[in-house]
Amino acid sequence: MNALVKFLARVGAATRGELAETGGGARLFVQLILRSGTALRRFRLVSDQVFFLGNRSLSIIGVSGLFVGFVLALQGYYTLQRYGSAEAVGLLVALSLVRELGPVVTALLFAGRAGTSLTAEIGLMKAGEQLTAMEMMAVDPVRRVLAPRFLGGIIAMPLLAGVFSAVGVIGGWLVGVVLIGIDAGAFWSQMQGGVDVFADVGNGVVKSLVFGITVTFVALLQGYTCKPTPEGVSQATTRTVVVSSLAVLALDFVLTAMMFSI
Amino acid sequence: MALQNNPSSGVSGATPPLIELRDVTCGYGGRTILEGVNLKLERGHVLALIGTSGGGKTTILRLLGRQIRPTHGQVLFDGQDLAPLSLDELYAVRRRLGLLFQFGALFTDLSVFENVAFPLREHTQLPESMIRDLVLMKLNAVGLRGARDLMPSEVSGGMARRVALARAIALDPEVVLYDEPFAGLDPISLGVAARLIRDLNDALGLTSVIVSHDLHETFGIADRVAMVANGRVVAQGTPAELQASEDPLVRQFVRAEPDGPVHFHQPALPVNEDFGVSA
Repeated sequence: MNALVKFLARVGAATRGELAETGGGARLFVQLILRSGTALRRFRLVSDQVFFLGNRSLSIIGVSGLFVGFVLALQGYYTLQRYGSAEAVGLLVALSLVRELGPVVTALLFAGRAGTSLTAEIGLMKAGEQLTAMEMMAVDPVRRVLAPRFLGGIIAMPLLAGVFSAVGVIGGWLVGVVLIGIDAGAFWSQMQGGVDVFADVGNGVVKSLVFGITVTFVALLQGYTCKPTPEGVSQATTRTVVVSSLAVLALDFVLTAMMFSI
Repeated sequence: MALQNNPSSGVSGATPPLIELRDVTCGYGGRTILEGVNLKLERGHVLALIGTSGGGKTTILRLLGRQIRPTHGQVLFDGQDLAPLSLDELYAVRRRLGLLFQFGALFTDLSVFENVAFPLREHTQLPESMIRDLVLMKLNAVGLRGARDLMPSEVSGGMARRVALARAIALDPEVVLYDEPFAGLDPISLGVAARLIRDLNDALGLTSVIVSHDLHETFGIADRVAMVANGRVVAQGTPAELQASEDPLVRQFVRAEPDGPVHFHQPALPVNEDFGVSA
């Protein structure tokens, strides 16, 4: 009997803890949106973050995009040449990148490259009492520190996804046209005819915006709520990658399903 | 001699005290840190809070900026109770308050200059040339005008604390709170820091609260000293009054005796029982 009560108490406490955490997260999200206006008025703070999060991720995004383009062209050629339509490799590469791989892979890389550094930065600022110091100076850290980073991430993510897809298409061209020897005219014209600006590119941009919000928010939340100790910061950094990657993959399914039905 | 915890002790004058704690009780999660604390601080004074580690000194400091709220009693700043204030009202009070953190809490991504400029940029619309002059004046006051371009990682612990002090006084606050300003400083930096606190207090017309273990330096610059132990203010008065006190706890503390009302040993089982030997 006593064991049962203890068990129930533990389940209850865990549930309450989870609910409180979710509520705290939701509150921070609303605060971030409400206070982003002030950050926009001091756009310098946001553009600095676009630089830190965006420019510094460019090399990893570019290299990854190139190799993903290579592989897509090889695998696509292998399948398509069975049906005698090897010229469609260009279309396949472009559609895969713009609709799916560009936003998703960029978001996963962004979580690993920029998300972790955001979490660690905020967590260490917290550990060094910098956020408390700001509050004691009557400066709201959500407004001054978190909101510019949130906006910076949201702006940087679609741009990076665009770079990823563009470099990927060039990679596909290198393998398909230069290496395998597919006709360049057919490669480009099929791509041009088959990719729709709104249905394909537009949906990809919507996805990358949603992923940008997700990854940046998860990273900021983990940093802002972590235990201000070395272990706390390291655990939060790990959680940023795990939680935001899973969230991106799950959201990708939901978004793709919604976009198909429209 | 008004040494015991007595709210009516202290300087009586026409102006109300700038800071007042009325019967404050405070604790975290079931543990009581402070119990029934009464404390008053007049404008222009330097008040030192001394006492054993974990006795509640830093908690008093955190109450003054409402980083935490009392579970019972009132914390008054300039006659205003802090507990019911909204965030905007609280921020208005905090603008009149400077807090020096134990390790400075400088913003590590900003240079020394930008650290001191931070509150000015956040709270004023001053032109850049005026911000520069103000920052250099504040840095000059702490002797670090020449360190303006260094990053926080490039300055020593004592210098970091002086930069933090310059930042704390950037907006000309009325009160500066110092959390362990002398901890871990070498003798020279320690003397400099103590002199600075007193000089700034008098030159800028501040009111200061110092939390410290360092009795020698603290007694040298404080107008009043309050000793906090076990969550209570056990004694308060001028430094001379405390040094002459016959209260056993104050005596043990002021003379740094290893055993007395504060025991050397943590409460534990009897020695023979713990080591498994029969007496």
